[in-house]
Amino acid sequence: MVHLIAVFPFLAFVINILFGRRLRGASAWISIAASIGSFLLSVAAFQGLRSGQGSYNLGTWLTIHGVPLNFGVLVDPLSVMMLLVVTIVATLIKIYSVGYMRGDSRYSRYFAYISLFTASMLGLILSDNFVMLYIFWEGVGLCSYLLIAFWFERPAAARAGLKAFLTTRIGDTGFLIGIFLLFFATKNLHFDHLGAAIASAGPQEGLLIAAAILIFLGAIGKSAQFPLHVWLPDAMEGPTAVSALIHAATMVAAGVYLVARCYVLFMAYPVCLQVVAVIGAISALMAASIATVNNDIKRILAYSTISQLGLMMLGLGVGGYTAGTFHLMTHAFFKALLFLCAGSVIHALHTQDIRKMGGLLPHMKVTGWTLIIGMLAIAGVPPFSGFWSKDEILVQAWSGHPVLFGCAVLTSLLTAFYMSRLVFLVLFGKPRSEFHAHESPRTMSIPLMILAVLAVFSGFLGSPFLHHAFQKFIFFSPEHGGEGGEAHPLNYSIMLLSALISLAGIGLAYVLYIRQNKILPEGLRRMFTPLYKLLLNKYYIDEIYEAVIVKPCLAVCRWLSGFDCFVIDGLVNAAARFFQFLSLAVRPVQTGLIQNYVLIQVMGVVVLIVVLFFGIAGFSRVG
Amino acid sequence: MGILTTLILLPLAGAVFILFIPAKNSAWIRRTALAATAAVLGTAGALVYCFDPTQPYLQFVEKVPWIASFNVWYFVGVDGLSLGLVFLTALLGLLACVASFTIERRQKEYFIFYLILMAGMLGTFLAQDLFLFYNFWEIVLVPMYFLIGIWGGPKREYAAIKLFLYTLAGSVLMLVGILALYFHAAPHTFDMVELAKTSRGFDLPLQMFLFLAFFLAFAIKVPIFPFHTWLPDAHVEAPTPISVLLAGVLLKMGGYGFLRISFPFFPEAARTFAYPLMVLGVINIIYGACVAMAQEDFKKMIAYSSVSHMGFVLVGLASLNLTGWNGAILEMFNHGIITGGMFLLVGVLYDRAHTRELSRFGGIAAPMPVYAFFLTVFSLASLGLPGLSGFVGEFLSLLGAFAAAPTMTMIAAGGLILTAGYFLYIIQRVLLGPLNPEAVPYPEINRREIFTLVPLLAITLVVGIFPELVLRFQETAVTVLMHIVRRG
Repeated sequence: MVHLIAVFPFLAFVINILFGRRLRGASAWISIAASIGSFLLSVAAFQGLRSGQGSYNLGTWLTIHGVPLNFGVLVDPLSVMMLLVVTIVATLIKIYSVGYMRGDSRYSRYFAYISLFTASMLGLILSDNFVMLYIFWEGVGLCSYLLIAFWFERPAAARAGLKAFLTTRIGDTGFLIGIFLLFFATKNLHFDHLGAAIASAGPQEGLLIAAAILIFLGAIGKSAQFPLHVWLPDAMEGPTAVSALIHAATMVAAGVYLVARCYVLFMAYPVCLQVVAVIGAISALMAASIATVNNDIKRILAYSTISQLGLMMLGLGVGGYTAGTFHLMTHAFFKALLFLCAGSVIHALHTQDIRKMGGLLPHMKVTGWTLIIGMLAIAGVPPFSGFWSKDEILVQAWSGHPVLFGCAVLTSLLTAFYMSRLVFLVLFGKPRSEFHAHESPRTMSIPLMILAVLAVFSGFLGSPFLHHAFQKFIFFSPEHGGEGGEAHPLNYSIMLLSALISLAGIGLAYVLYIRQNKILPEGLRRMFTPLYKLLLNKYYIDEIYEAVIVKPCLAVCRWLSGFDCFVIDGLVNAAARFFQFLSLAVRPVQTGLIQNYVLIQVMGVVVLIVVLFFGIAGFSRVG
Repeated sequence: MGILTTLILLPLAGAVFILFIPAKNSAWIRRTALAATAAVLGTAGALVYCFDPTQPYLQFVEKVPWIASFNVWYFVGVDGLSLGLVFLTALLGLLACVASFTIERRQKEYFIFYLILMAGMLGTFLAQDLFLFYNFWEIVLVPMYFLIGIWGGPKREYAAIKLFLYTLAGSVLMLVGILALYFHAAPHTFDMVELAKTSRGFDLPLQMFLFLAFFLAFAIKVPIFPFHTWLPDAHVEAPTPISVLLAGVLLKMGGYGFLRISFPFFPEAARTFAYPLMVLGVINIIYGACVAMAQEDFKKMIAYSSVSHMGFVLVGLASLNLTGWNGAILEMFNHGIITGGMFLLVGVLYDRAHTRELSRFGGIAAPMPVYAFFLTVFSLASLGLPGLSGFVGEFLSLLGAFAAAPTMTMIAAGGLILTAGYFLYIIQRVLLGPLNPEAVPYPEINRREIFTLVPLLAITLVVGIFPELVLRFQETAVTVLMHIVRRG
């Protein structure tokens, strides 16, 4: 039954791609109905968890060395949590898209792609082995590519699509090799076999560590972590609803999900956990610092996504299985909300530059207030959802990881700062350009309100008020060294610190952007010009990649092409010419004159006679 | 007359029939060619249906003495190694025949050559007597030479002669190898089943010499770097349907040669040469992908992509394990289907634009959405997107290779990134962006063209999701063969 969760949206895709043009407006509702169906089934799966979890088999994809690779479905608390998050967010964003994409010339195509995405994402979540997961993993990557390049007439969109696909493909290739290694070492690719594989690893420990890190490479690509994060900001060329669903709430979280899914492997080898934590910390800090100076509303949110995903990785890396997945859930809601608000603003103003906005709150009440709620949630102001999940990560990091804890705290501060900067510049102050803002249609504002409710309250699931219900639902089993669903004793000092930090960030932004009422405070800029430039140019990472990887690679390709044409093929042609030349040398003999032929014939006979005569004479003398 | 002989004779019968149709009557020439190729496909379908996948040895065997004094037999049979390729030949034969309807000059000769080509290709995959095999192998060249040389592009004569001489030169050593095998067999024979048993007992130097003698012929056909430069020229000059057969079927004759002759005949030599072969395969993958990336001509790009993809076949074969071999054979089948489709798509565009310069396209997805759909799906299949058939072959080949040579496999996997790079680059330059002002909005892909693509698309999808459907036909034969190669 559970696999129907992924089948419904897939059917919606098939219907939309085949009959989309005839369906027109109805295509959206088919897609929405499918994801509502998936949502209801996910709720049923959640209910069913009480009667036990486990995996079941739909059929065999391949058999390798007698090891079957199955279409297996895995139902456990982690996958059910993800199912619920994805189906809720997907349904709301599809409803939002009805308004947002109205009038687009490829309306039904859009809903076809986004249904295919939902199907692949749900399939990814339900997979019970690495190969199935990899197949759907590439599937969501494809949909991401198609949707980033959705407005393909714009060269920037086409380029961004290619960049996203290629960058993630680098990670995915590592992932694939990781799968090979794992298969080579354990001859089994099921998730629930990992524990046994580690127990019996023995001398193959090194292989498993390498496999874990290679698999994490896939997660780095998909979750846009440093150093493969460059594709995500460019992915903002896609429709904003897509950015909300794929590039903020669900697909990019797949990397975090993957790490959580094979957490046994990471937990068994501390070095792997360290890699995860360090990459997460670098990404979190780097992206948050870039977001503080960016002026594009969607790109700020994109960098904030990289940063928040980094925090989740950090959480997982310091042993906070529950903390990481909890933040994954709350982030999905408030980040989807923030993106949809941004979409609503862009829909009204037709610009993405926050320097040209300002004073929007009176004109767009729903968008404005939900945006503020989203901001408070991501900034981690109590009692909004982000506060509770971020607190979990901080608590985990505090126990024994002072540097990582510092990174997390600094990231929180920056997050509160850049998000309130965004809100102040967009909603408050005076309008800084001519525009006629208007609230968006119902189909867009209602999803905003629902998501705002989730952004406020979803955090309570993991709070002491609900007795840490989330932690008791999703935990890492103690037999592998996990926390086992026991809530930590409340750490009030960290809670207080976390709350103060977010308020400090907001206060700083208030001083700089409301009190001084300038887009960029002059004094600050003069003081930190080099740093400012570095941040504005995103640490020049794109430029470095272009110069160090892309250009040399293309140059090698061109050089090899010339080599192929002139050297390899040149040798072939030279060989041909050599024989042609030989034939030229012999050709004069064939003069076509009978006299010459007779002359040669006679000479030949004479030579033959001489040779025969003297030859035989010679022989007889010897004899 | 058995089913296999029928398969070889049907296209020849069609060719003879066309001989008697006046050259002006193009409708009947086409109909006859279509009927003949459709009958071949029908027969091949029946063959697949009747084939027993649990049986590893030759089936539907026909064995008749041919030149008794030299112990030459007309000996044909099919097993799991060749069944997929026979079906592939029949399928692409029909679709390329439909695609040939756009040929306007000298149709009568064209279709006669075309049908002879089909008979030659089918014969190569079915022959079990080395003398017969060599005949078919060489017969293929003759119609190919004319089809490119007469109906090709501007540099057609150069390309045709190059193809002919290059492959012929490669076959000369094979002939020496065949004769050596013949004289080494106790009662002199060309029977491939018997020969394989004898030659397995040869000492290593002799095995190595014979392996290399056959290697050149097969390497040129595959093609293996550095013997590949005939391919881009031949592809660029060949008319679309011939490109389809060239990439789809002809290249597979090389890979098939390794499987049918090199490995089972000279297992010890094969084990010795496995690693060099692996290295060559990796070079093919990376080198082919790099050169493809730099091409400005759409068709040349696909031609080099074939070089790269055949590298995966080599890597799988060189792994000398079941997974790798199953992957290699599947990859041959899939490459035929996918690249066949790619060449058809290039042809569709060429018929409208009369150019293949990538810089002359752009934004074509807007006026031609259906074309864009097909090109996107076939490109994705080529770059090995999971869920489509290309992935399965590459996955198995690399997985097999990983067990044999992990480092080489990791380099080969880097080819997956390059492949994605140039195929997405094709999509970007042809389909996306603003409509190139040079490109007049072309008419959408028509029904006949769609008809040629849909079967290939369907197979790509089905094999991607249910690879066992194809694998089950080859697995038994591959297992037995692997047993021989590993032990013998």
